[in-house]
Amino acid sequence: MFRSRRSPLGLARATPGAPFDITLDGRPVPAFDGQSVAAALWADGVLSWRTTRGSGKPRGAFCAIGSCYDCLATINSRPNQRACLVPARPGDAVTTQKGHGRADLAV
Amino acid sequence: MFTRRTFDVVVVGAGVVGAACAFYTSRSGLCVAVVDRGPVAGGTTGAGEGNLLVSDKQPGPELDLALLSTRLWRELAEEFPATFEYEAKGGLVVAAQQDGLAALRTFAATQAAAGVQCEDVPHLADVEPHLAPGLAGGVRYPQDAQVQPALAAAHLLRASGARLLLGEEVIGVLRTTDGAVRGVRTPRGDLLAPAVVNAAGTWGGQVAELAGTSLPVLPRRGFVLVTEPLPRVVRHKVYAADYVADVASGSAALQTSAVVEGTAAGPVLIGASRERVGFDRSLSTEVLGKLARQAQELFPVLRGVRVMRTYHGFRPYLPDHHPAIGADGRVPGLWHACGHEGAGVGLAPATGALIADGLAGSGGRLDRRAVDVRAFRPGRFGSGPPQPGRADAGAWPSAPGPTDRPPA
Repeated sequence: MFRSRRSPLGLARATPGAPFDITLDGRPVPAFDGQSVAAALWADGVLSWRTTRGSGKPRGAFCAIGSCYDCLATINSRPNQRACLVPARPGDAVTTQKGHGRADLAV
Repeated sequence: MFTRRTFDVVVVGAGVVGAACAFYTSRSGLCVAVVDRGPVAGGTTGAGEGNLLVSDKQPGPELDLALLSTRLWRELAEEFPATFEYEAKGGLVVAAQQDGLAALRTFAATQAAAGVQCEDVPHLADVEPHLAPGLAGGVRYPQDAQVQPALAAAHLLRASGARLLLGEEVIGVLRTTDGAVRGVRTPRGDLLAPAVVNAAGTWGGQVAELAGTSLPVLPRRGFVLVTEPLPRVVRHKVYAADYVADVASGSAALQTSAVVEGTAAGPVLIGASRERVGFDRSLSTEVLGKLARQAQELFPVLRGVRVMRTYHGFRPYLPDHHPAIGADGRVPGLWHACGHEGAGVGLAPATGALIADGLAGSGGRLDRRAVDVRAFRPGRFGSGPPQPGRADAGAWPSAPGPTDRPPA
């Protein structure tokens, strides 16, 4: 499907190497070298990987250029990473972030 | 269109002090306008942390003013619940070493004698679990509290019912032939009133100059770091005992002492730097780095937390660190309510109530014996044209006469 002219890879005539896996909540998600975590999740049909602090509403990539901070995710146990800016690396573990993602620090 | 609008009182400045002046003055029955060249809380109010502190003040008139203000903030929070994030979180001052703790305890004892509630905290981890281990001890101040300052200013202005004129810069103070104030001029017209309150904060010296007098307000820059939103990791406003010495210092050089606190919205705020560099708005990474390091020393948990943004502002600083509150004395009808340095949010209600009391003449609701207002006389710095035959500021002249309401 990535060779389709309708896909971003096809339109850009990109020839990425073989995909590797990252995980979302333990489930494997394919990613290519140079792809952002958000792009990999989107390509896999995932649009939301965080819930808001106040009302628990779903959030994913909005601006996709690092400005809006909507796409925050917990990546390799580190919360509040902008998924649209973090390059995917083999084995990266993305977990759906609830609110601020720092509940463990509460006193 | 050039218009003439008539009021009993014109307050210059829509920060928290101007808002409090408008609130209490309107409540005493006078017709008030608030004029500001920018938006509500566009100056130092919007750059503050919203601290309402008694803990950092040594016994004296400013502490008395802070104690009065603390009571008034509590009343306001009850009258306007859940509007400006009032939080009676309490302050916690910590000392790293035993000798510092001894000095802190001695200082707290003098404050307690002046009416401040102080509690010795031998085991800091019981009250602040994330504090660095190994600190000698601390003192807790239950009366310290916090508000969101911009919200507080906005709600006080709304509740005052005062006419709010934003984006309208005062370019002149109108005076009668015998020198008394009769209003202000803006590019849009004249605001006529027999009393003008200078609540222009760090820019109060410029308003005084427009009125033909002087007030030596200087800017003292401060930075605040804002972390990513967190759950409650810091319960109190926590700071090191050195902070008190920094507040009282007259030095122009950079001083930093970590002041760390959580907010209702989640981010932790980290202050507080003080430096006299004029109105230089450029970012100082040196200051930001120092603040971050000191905050991490107090709260090691912050090492793994990201700073989301920073902001800075200019505290209105008078040479003796006391605000100017009261009638000018050199220019009849001119009142000052500015120069509160870093304590403007905390001291705003008491300042507004004192100004309202003075404007309303005798019979105000405040017990003035609670605060010795002579320490805040605007004329105490000398200079400016003397006004023969008039008592110096601090005297509370009679109320302005009633005027017609402005056209609707």
